[in-house]
Amino acid sequence: MTAQTANGGTIALTYREAVRAALREALEADPRVFLMGEDVGRYGGCYAVSTGLLAEFGPERIRDTPLSESSFVGAGIGAALGGMRPIVEIMTVNFSLLAIDQIVNNAATIRHMSGGQFSIPLVIRMATGGGRQLAAQHSHSLEGWYAHIPGIRVVTPATLEDARGMLASALACPDPVLIFENALLYNDKGEIPADAGAVDIDRAAIRRPGRDVSLITYGGSLGKTLAAAESLAGQGVDAEVVDLRTLRPLDDATILGSVRRTRRAVIVDEGWRSVGIAAEIMARIMEQAFYDLDAPVARVCSEEVPIPYAKHLEDAALPQTDKIIRAVEHLMGNHG
Amino acid sequence: MTPTEATNDDRPALPERAQALDLLRGMIRIRRFEEKCAELYSAMKIRGFLHLCIGEEAIPVGVMPTLVPEDAIVATYREHGHALARGMPMGAVMAEMYGKAGGCSRGRGGSMHLFDAATRFYGGNAIVGGGLPLAVGLALAERMQGRPNVAACFFGEGAVAEGEFHESMNLAALWNLPVLFLCENNLYAMGTALQLSESNTDIHAKAASYGMTSEAVDAMDVLAVGAAARRATEAIRAGEGPYFLELRTYRFRPHSMFDPELYRNKEEVEAWKQRGPIVTFSQRLREAGLLDDAALAGIEAEVAREVDAAVAFAEASEWEPVGDLARDVYTEEDAA
Repeated sequence: MTAQTANGGTIALTYREAVRAALREALEADPRVFLMGEDVGRYGGCYAVSTGLLAEFGPERIRDTPLSESSFVGAGIGAALGGMRPIVEIMTVNFSLLAIDQIVNNAATIRHMSGGQFSIPLVIRMATGGGRQLAAQHSHSLEGWYAHIPGIRVVTPATLEDARGMLASALACPDPVLIFENALLYNDKGEIPADAGAVDIDRAAIRRPGRDVSLITYGGSLGKTLAAAESLAGQGVDAEVVDLRTLRPLDDATILGSVRRTRRAVIVDEGWRSVGIAAEIMARIMEQAFYDLDAPVARVCSEEVPIPYAKHLEDAALPQTDKIIRAVEHLMGNHG
Repeated sequence: MTPTEATNDDRPALPERAQALDLLRGMIRIRRFEEKCAELYSAMKIRGFLHLCIGEEAIPVGVMPTLVPEDAIVATYREHGHALARGMPMGAVMAEMYGKAGGCSRGRGGSMHLFDAATRFYGGNAIVGGGLPLAVGLALAERMQGRPNVAACFFGEGAVAEGEFHESMNLAALWNLPVLFLCENNLYAMGTALQLSESNTDIHAKAASYGMTSEAVDAMDVLAVGAAARRATEAIRAGEGPYFLELRTYRFRPHSMFDPELYRNKEEVEAWKQRGPIVTFSQRLREAGLLDDAALAGIEAEVAREVDAAVAFAEASEWEPVGDLARDVYTEEDAA
């Protein structure tokens, strides 16, 4: 599966290939960069992201680890302290909980706790999200949890350009960056400019401009939200879609700018409703744009259950295009 | 648990007088510094947790001379002795206890989180076991950058019950990394005796099971600690991979200033005090004609002056402005 050059200076590739291209570029560009994680080498990555990189870069830089998330994430922190630029891959966000001591108690704190003497230029990539019938220990969306923690950055590439470009910016960042790749996106295919490179990891992006309502989302829910916006256009509702891209720090200016224009907002978040990133965005809108609103802010989140195995139950648990449409219809009907 | 006596024949030979007095001075320096800290705690100049290493001074003083400035050090929340023996200025350490801007961590860390880039001192880690993966990563960084340095990791025997201990043993041995594991076995994890928390109380045997060289050392004898650390660092620098020292010691003071010491009896503490590293080493030096009352008084006076100066420095140091509260949560790249 190699990227193919197309005409017009673009290349066709999958999200998986975009991440791989970003990894390859980073490994070629900087001898301090190495990739470490479970099955990243000989197996080729549990989502086949790093396939082929072991042959290209060797076992020192494409480093298979034991099943010991806490020690290899901690070793990534130590290696970053020691002058390297590690990229640590954790198979899924659920497994990252085995390393949460290192992420929360060390990676996020050492800069501050050392009075600014030590930075941790570490990148941690992990898959997130449901929709693959993998049940409750492989399907959760805990990126909102991590966004609670000062000292780390949390980014959620939802597009091919971001899959290709966020890694370089994360590696250039002197502080820990967590990259959440929604596992349903790996097979997404499309075209990006052949010379696509680093993209900012500071700002949200308006993926679809609109006048009537702001649909604010990120990661695996972006596609569903854009589909909802297309459907709503057929009903005469012109929805704007904001892709947060970065959950910490949140880009208040873009979020609030959109809401002030459309005067309505629906947050779409694959995390659970209670105490999640959607709640945080709603609070910021209340704090800063309350008098610009024509309707209460709404949200579409995962139902408050561990994500179940059976497909019809899993579908019902996750945000879906029709749920987003209904939420917008409700908002417009009641308050338009 | 009662102390085990080393026979006189087991003891390493005394070094030359100047070196011997340096070791004695190093231990007295830590002892008097910590006694002053306890006093200042009662005077409410120092707050939070204060964990004293009184009784355990032979470990940092024995180990540090075997390390070079380029080596990296990770320690625990009971790390005043390590910081001082490593060469961190006593004034900056004391000011950190005060929470002042002149503290080594700008008042962000306190007693448990002493950091110093100049001496590659990567903290005071207050999560038991949490520092071990960092040391593995620091060692990995040394190896990957072709540097001959050692990552020395101090931790208590309580850490042996943590998963991070076993993960780190495995990773360091698997990757043959230059880590010096220094387990300070003072027999109590806070108030829980070793035999109440470990199925096998022979800690050095656990490390050996991971395929690394491992020794148990009488850590009430500064010369025994120094000799073992010399063997260990030479082996590590020769590329033999990680090395483990179980340093058998005893904490004379309570776990922290809040500890009523209900879990051990006074007779036990007194028996260990008879074997205290300062009293026994002083006695040995006297017997060898290397120390007399005048020399000891000279050392005490010199140390007292340094402690007084450290207190004066801490008293005179400014408070960090509250306006700088959020400083160093993230790296401010343009601030330099």
